[in-house]
Amino acid sequence: MDYLLTEEQQMIKDLCRQIAEEKIKPVAAEYDETAEFAWDIMKILAESDICGIYIPEEYGGMGGGVFELAIATEQLSWGCGGISLGFAATGLGAFPLLLYGNEGQKAEYLPDIAAGRKLASFALTEAEAGSDAGSIKTSAKKDGDHYIINGTKQWITNAGEAEIYTVIAMTNKSKGARGASAFIVEKDTPGLSFGKKENKMGIRSSATREVIFTDCRVPAKNLLGREGLGFIIAMKTFDNSRPGVAAQALGIAQRALDEAVQYTHERRQFGQAISSFQGVQFMLADMGTQLEAARALIYSAARMIDSGARNVAKVSAMCKMYASDVAMKVTTDAVQLLGGYGYMKEYPVEKLMRDAKITQIYEGTNQIQRSVIASSLIKESLGKK
Amino acid sequence: MPDKAAIKILNEKCTGCGLCVKACPFGAISMEGKQAVIDLTTCTFCGACVEACKFNAILILMKEEAKADLSDYKDLWVFCEQKKGEIQSVSFELLGKGRELADKLGVSLCAVLLGDGMEGCCGGLVARGADKVYLVDSPKLRNYQDDPYSKVLTALVRKHKPEILLCGATTMGRSLISRVAVKTRAGLTADCTGLDIDREEKLLLQTRPAFGGNIMATIITPDTRPQMATVRHKVMKESEPDAKRKGEIIKEGFPEETYSSRSRLIDVVEEIEETVNLAEADIIVSGGRGVGSPDNFDIIKELAVSVNGAVGASRAVVDAGWMPYSHQVGQTGKTVCPKIYIACGISGQIQHLIGMKSADIIVAVNKDPDAPIFSVATYGIVDDLFKIVPALTTHFKKILGK
Amino acid sequence: MKILVLIKQVPETTDVKIDPETNTLKREGVKSIINPFDMYAIEEAVRIKERSGGGQVIAVSMGPPQAMEALREAISMGCDEAVLLSDKKFAGSDTWATSYTLSQAIRKLGDYSVVLCGKQASDGDTAQVGPGVSTHLDIPQVTYIKKIEQINAESARVERMTEEGYEIIETALPAVMTVVKEINEPRLPSLKGKMRAKKAEIPVWTAEDLLCDEEKIGLDGSPTRVIKVFTPPPRQGGRVLAGEPEAVSKELADLLKDVVISS
Repeated sequence: MDYLLTEEQQMIKDLCRQIAEEKIKPVAAEYDETAEFAWDIMKILAESDICGIYIPEEYGGMGGGVFELAIATEQLSWGCGGISLGFAATGLGAFPLLLYGNEGQKAEYLPDIAAGRKLASFALTEAEAGSDAGSIKTSAKKDGDHYIINGTKQWITNAGEAEIYTVIAMTNKSKGARGASAFIVEKDTPGLSFGKKENKMGIRSSATREVIFTDCRVPAKNLLGREGLGFIIAMKTFDNSRPGVAAQALGIAQRALDEAVQYTHERRQFGQAISSFQGVQFMLADMGTQLEAARALIYSAARMIDSGARNVAKVSAMCKMYASDVAMKVTTDAVQLLGGYGYMKEYPVEKLMRDAKITQIYEGTNQIQRSVIASSLIKESLGKK
Repeated sequence: MPDKAAIKILNEKCTGCGLCVKACPFGAISMEGKQAVIDLTTCTFCGACVEACKFNAILILMKEEAKADLSDYKDLWVFCEQKKGEIQSVSFELLGKGRELADKLGVSLCAVLLGDGMEGCCGGLVARGADKVYLVDSPKLRNYQDDPYSKVLTALVRKHKPEILLCGATTMGRSLISRVAVKTRAGLTADCTGLDIDREEKLLLQTRPAFGGNIMATIITPDTRPQMATVRHKVMKESEPDAKRKGEIIKEGFPEETYSSRSRLIDVVEEIEETVNLAEADIIVSGGRGVGSPDNFDIIKELAVSVNGAVGASRAVVDAGWMPYSHQVGQTGKTVCPKIYIACGISGQIQHLIGMKSADIIVAVNKDPDAPIFSVATYGIVDDLFKIVPALTTHFKKILGK
Repeated sequence: MKILVLIKQVPETTDVKIDPETNTLKREGVKSIINPFDMYAIEEAVRIKERSGGGQVIAVSMGPPQAMEALREAISMGCDEAVLLSDKKFAGSDTWATSYTLSQAIRKLGDYSVVLCGKQASDGDTAQVGPGVSTHLDIPQVTYIKKIEQINAESARVERMTEEGYEIIETALPAVMTVVKEINEPRLPSLKGKMRAKKAEIPVWTAEDLLCDEEKIGLDGSPTRVIKVFTPPPRQGGRVLAGEPEAVSKELADLLKDVVISS
């Protein structure tokens, strides 16, 4: 399908595809095996100006938005959904700054992110605060011109690798969700430390760690927006970042379909290519159609967000939920189509299936997405009456 | 378009069959309506379309150019390469071919030798077929350097006017001869695999591969002299030495300026690598489970070394720890595209085939006649690899003179 | 320091296959790329510029108008400017005429320190144009460079690959340097580079612009003539060699002889 990309968007897509094919694909299996962070690929992305595509030009970026981030993430994830996350999760960490940072904060941090000199990370989730983000325990206490942060964030992507952390902490516990605030914390701040790298099922080369705050003194100027905005900042950040997760799922799914089409065309049984069997064809047709529908939904949502539309929570949730469900299905079907080979690590599709799973879980489980979608639908319907 | 050459489609004869479009190696012909049209910016007047056209509808007109006074030029020269005072064997190969061509033309075969203290080697060049040896001996010519070598050879050519000059297509020969050709306004054809004489026109017919060997081209140098060509090492057969042959040694010297150089050789570092990088290798010899044990891989390695190739391995072998991962060919290993891939004791699972199926020539050696590897093999041998592989090594060593 | 890079647009030759029915070259859908060896020259030129903290890299190509694409790609990899030499009069140039034409462009650009190019082009494989250019310009050359150890405006110290190893050579500048693939790993284009490339105005110089001697360009200026193009007999596929191991091995060795020797 023709999505009428601008010249610039087409360039981003082509270049990311070239990086995925030439640089990421050849090393993806090895990084999956070793679960190391792919700094060499991050360097390539930096040198190719990819890191700044969603950052305004005045901060050294290319001036794109959620849509550019999505097309880049999709292509990079085609190469490896784990490696691409170093880039995409930096986007997640940067959105609070982009959306709520003041001029000084943006000028201080965005140029380094745009140039790829520094990665960012978003720290919200805690052991007892997953889908229920309002119940976070990490606290930030004002002390003169500093805040003192205490608590532990869990399963934080890019943790330990990133230099810039946007952290949600409670400044006023009594207010519940309205008592949360967002802070920028630099990696070398005393009192900030990291847990060991988690051993994951998929996206194994991405870094997932605990972020531990022990009397971590953060300058008050690092507060994003104002006190009490933390929860809103988190929700708005997710509205902007979910198309990125969806695009990650899409890239993984596209790769699975590509592998399945190639394999079924080459694999011969009963004297013919298995792609000539109707049963196989029907599967391929469904995979391709669902994938394209997901793409259309992601691109529309991303464009809508970039246009400045209000109330994007629903479409953002829809594209994330739909694309990740499609990715899970398409990658599972790809494993099925490759049969025994699909189950073996020899072929890339079992990795795709493992990598796809997380997209149904993080940045809000698909159950949470459905709640968001449903409550939006109900609100809209009530609003009409 | 140069006004001295023209190509045209005879519209009344052209049927629009499209044969010429397919035949054009340069993609210069397209069909407009029912007529072929030639794009003159890409046409090289090679004549492939003329041969392909069944209706004689394409004409190439070459202007009759007055031939320069070419009769002054005579003899066939071979530039003989020396390193550390030793004549390189490519020179003997060129003398072998040169002798044959010189005899066809009825001219003398002359060897040209540049170096320092090389006089003792001249007799050997005569024994290999040279009628004359031009020797330029100077301490400044001890090692190859672009400036002095090209100036000396150019001066020799200008002085003695050979009609043909052959040179090895080596790092030395290619660098040197290109300069001499430009200085003397001579035509030069690289990497010839065939050299012959058109007896009527007394022209050197130079045949070389192009487009990765997918097509061959025959090239001539009609109007300038000398006609220059380079030939790769091992393409022609060495001449046999005949100690009884007699020849003339002609020593030449030039003014000091001729030996001067704007670049300076500081050091020569020799490094011979035993094995070749798998992905870059022209020839790969791979072993699979059929090799039986890590120790048995030695025969695979020996075959690879004998053809300057690299050693590959199937996944089974790498997983078993017989060979390191860096040698693995296939889906999770390397994808390779060598000129020759020799699979020994490899059954040919799909994951292996994916990594090597684009090799130009695939040889399979396997005891099992039903092994899938045979379905992609150019040449298949159903036999024990322990009998075939060592015998192959012996034959290749013989062929390459090792 | 002004660095010039000579590049050639070539077909992606691995895709060129023989049509078994007509026995001719199939060229449909064959992509044009920058000669792979020239990619290393571009990368090295950009690295020299980056290392020296200034200067200018200009890519030069001779070819049909579509070679503009190759020059844009060179800019996207970090070249500052590019020039295309294109004229119907250049058609049919052999290496003599090509190196003459390129040298005229280099003279016109003037004031350069280094001319870089790949050791050879992947379609013609002659390795003659680099040395030809240095001769027309009457400047030194170093071929088959695998490392530039040091370089300043007046001289360079390089490693030149040979059959046995390498030579360390010091050369005065300006000089022509041809490079081998061991010298570096070419970078991918950058987004900003691609955008710059898109917008770049690339001048097209004709024979007249280059003040070419008409006797030295195109088919007329080329001493060599291609008189015949033919396809080698297609190789036989899927043969099973049978017989005693010794005889079979010999048969196979003979079949592979030509390829083994030329490799």
